[in-house]
Amino acid sequence: MSLRFLAAEEGEPNPLAPHLAEIVLALVVFLILVYLISKFVMPNFEKTFAKRTQAIEGGLAEAERKQAEADRQLADLNQRLSEARHEAARIREDAREQGAQIVVEMREQAQAEAARITANAHTQIEAEKQQVLGQLKMEVGTLATGLASRIVGESLEDEARQRRTVERFLAELESQPAGQSS
Amino acid sequence: MSAASQVLAAEGFTPPGPGDFELPPIFGDSLLFTKPALLLVLAALLVFAFFAVTSRRMAMVPSKAQYAGEEAYGFVRNGIARDIIGSHDFMKFVPLLVAMFFFILLNNVFGIIPFIQFPTFSRVSFAYALAGLVWVIYNGIGIWKHGFFGYLKHVTVPAGISGPILVLIVPLEFFSTVIVRPATLALRLFANMFAGHLLLILFTLGAEYLVFEAGKALYTPVGVLAFILAIAISFLELLVQFLQAYVFTLLTAMYISGALAEEH
Repeated sequence: MSLRFLAAEEGEPNPLAPHLAEIVLALVVFLILVYLISKFVMPNFEKTFAKRTQAIEGGLAEAERKQAEADRQLADLNQRLSEARHEAARIREDAREQGAQIVVEMREQAQAEAARITANAHTQIEAEKQQVLGQLKMEVGTLATGLASRIVGESLEDEARQRRTVERFLAELESQPAGQSS
Repeated sequence: MSAASQVLAAEGFTPPGPGDFELPPIFGDSLLFTKPALLLVLAALLVFAFFAVTSRRMAMVPSKAQYAGEEAYGFVRNGIARDIIGSHDFMKFVPLLVAMFFFILLNNVFGIIPFIQFPTFSRVSFAYALAGLVWVIYNGIGIWKHGFFGYLKHVTVPAGISGPILVLIVPLEFFSTVIVRPATLALRLFANMFAGHLLLILFTLGAEYLVFEAGKALYTPVGVLAFILAIAISFLELLVQFLQAYVFTLLTAMYISGALAEEH
């Protein structure tokens, strides 16, 4: 056991001992690899990553632009709609006012007309009344004169006669047409 | 197996040791044509090939290959570089961190890929090299950002501490930031790979010995069990290999971020 250990101690190399040739080789190989990757690999990947990022951001920007456009149009339409509503309300209000005004005017006109007609009627009636009163006064005079002459002519014999005379007179009066009575 | 262990094999089982990590040159005496060195180069080639292929034809809607490349690249870019260093400065360090993570990961995974089966960073010199590079980078950034003495103060004097306690704190902080960091960074990676590989070959060689060479029927099931355990350990190793690559890269990002920070 101890013999083998000793043999190992003498024959086996120290695994931690550096070898200059290997160190240089590793450095050279690794640095070449780093150079190759920075020169030929990294630019390709980075270019693609950048392009992809750009494409995604471009798409997002486009979508945002369209969204803004749609919002703007929607706002525009809403505004127009509310304007139209206001317009309609205003027109309705105007129409109502006009209607009310027309009604008032018509009423005033009708009242004026009625007053006019009433006044006319009053005037006419008054005129007819005056005319009738005039005629009546004349007829009453004539009648009174005729009646008096008859009463006087027939004499005043008795009450029965008087009554007959009056009745005859009245019957004559009735049989005569109103227009010819004078 | 080293010569020593082969001599001793007649006496019984010889456990694998550090000698198993000293692979002979593939031809001649050149230190550069060893298996680990070739694997190191192979890993770099594969990492670059993967990213070159997946990033060759870039489309807005990625193909499967491109998606795989983007995910791999994005994992380090966003998950490590941007999260740790912050979105202001991280782009400069993305190539370093991406290369580092996948380079270490592939080199580690070599440990369980059939026929390769050697985690490259179980050779400590490679780990020293990367940790040394990281040390140069984060100290360089700190000095560039704060000036030499400004950086020394940034490193050694934590915010909100003053008075005699600084006599204790300043050497400790200096020691921990400037000396201990690169050492732990290198040794953590190396030791994990080294130990994992040692464990794997211990179990597999042990299983082989118990089944075929011990010559006792009773040992055979134990050998089979050891082999099954070796497979289980391989999966555990896969986790460790990933974690070590991640930790190494994460710590690099944290050191860079610490050097860049305005205040502690």
